[in-house]
Amino acid sequence: MKIVLNGEAREVAATDLAGLLAECGFSGRVATSLNEDFVPAGLRAAQTLTDGDRVEVVAPMQGG
Amino acid sequence: MLLVFAMVAGLWGIGMAMGAPKSARWTMIAVLYVAVLGVQLAFPPEHQLVVATGGSLAMWLMIGAALAVVLGYSTMLQKLRLKADAKVQDEAQESAAQELFSETELNRYARHIVLRELGGLGQKKLKDAKVLVVGAGGLGSPVLLYLAASGVGTIAVVDDDVVDNSNLQRQVIHKDEAIGTPKVLSAAEAMTAQNPFVTVVPYPRRLTEEDAAEIIGDYDLVLDGTDNFETRYLVNEVCVAQGKPLISGALSQWEGQLSVFDPASGTPCYQCIFPEAPAPGIAPSCSEAGVVGPLPGVVGTMMAAEAIKVITGAGAALRGEMMIYDALWGETRKIGLKPRSDCPTCGGKNT
Repeated sequence: MKIVLNGEAREVAATDLAGLLAECGFSGRVATSLNEDFVPAGLRAAQTLTDGDRVEVVAPMQGG
Repeated sequence: MLLVFAMVAGLWGIGMAMGAPKSARWTMIAVLYVAVLGVQLAFPPEHQLVVATGGSLAMWLMIGAALAVVLGYSTMLQKLRLKADAKVQDEAQESAAQELFSETELNRYARHIVLRELGGLGQKKLKDAKVLVVGAGGLGSPVLLYLAASGVGTIAVVDDDVVDNSNLQRQVIHKDEAIGTPKVLSAAEAMTAQNPFVTVVPYPRRLTEEDAAEIIGDYDLVLDGTDNFETRYLVNEVCVAQGKPLISGALSQWEGQLSVFDPASGTPCYQCIFPEAPAPGIAPSCSEAGVVGPLPGVVGTMMAAEAIKVITGAGAALRGEMMIYDALWGETRKIGLKPRSDCPTCGGKNT
């Protein structure tokens, strides 16, 4: 299905948020949001994706 | 003629009973007036409708003109009164500001004072504010310069580093001649040179678990632009414990993020969003990954703008939201944040 990941259109096979992170090679220590709403790590496996969803994967940054 | 006046009274009474606003009642009466004029014009003088409504177009026109004069006069009086009231209010706010600020300061902050959302009262709040900035590097540079220029009364800065040649591509508060001197001293000098009306408190040290609570305890707002996760989690912990709002900014290469963490106002804390620091080496520092020079300028300036809003209450600060700025593609995105019930720092008390 087609989703928008970090502002970029992507074709993915995953059907839930946890699967998407695995498919796109993100480690677990990131923050995620679906259509601008925060999704905590514990709820990612239960969070199904639908066509056109906007997913944001935010890695913590330490640079200042 | 009496019939028309009875209808006017009836309209007014029914409108009042139904709770219709005065303007709606006046509109109904205006419609009736136009209808009466129409009747005078449309029917011959001896028609019974014309007789019932007064029988003369000229008389109705005269009544209308007289009413228009009275209404116009009273509206004008009301407008003048409102204008005078607003002027008195402005003067009161201005005189409050005048007692606190010197002539030079009033002139310096004039562009703030004319802003409806700030005004003299907002400028006083800025002057009374005590703000702590952690890190005098890339983000700290614009944060410190803009807070000083904006007239934030007391600005403290903590950093244990000295100015290095490789910092100067982005850390614009430091000058070439400051290479080798402690960053907090170089920053303090630049800030007081920019605005001698603010007090700068330099802490030439690294924030540690031993002294963080004591230092942060002296201030009412903290801005975090540090360069390591250890300090970020420590600052968050102390701010949560003391109920202080924390404006947190971070960046890497071309991308930056910022948010206002303020669990005392119902938001998540830093650790709700990032439960644990990435394993060492996963999230590189600026020296390892690189950073484009203006990026800390953009993100740090956004942090300073958030600080002004948090201090004065103007607009809506980024509470419960994270702004992501991608300089490479010229994009900003915002995501909503929520507290986490199993957060070890704030306990998810806002979930």
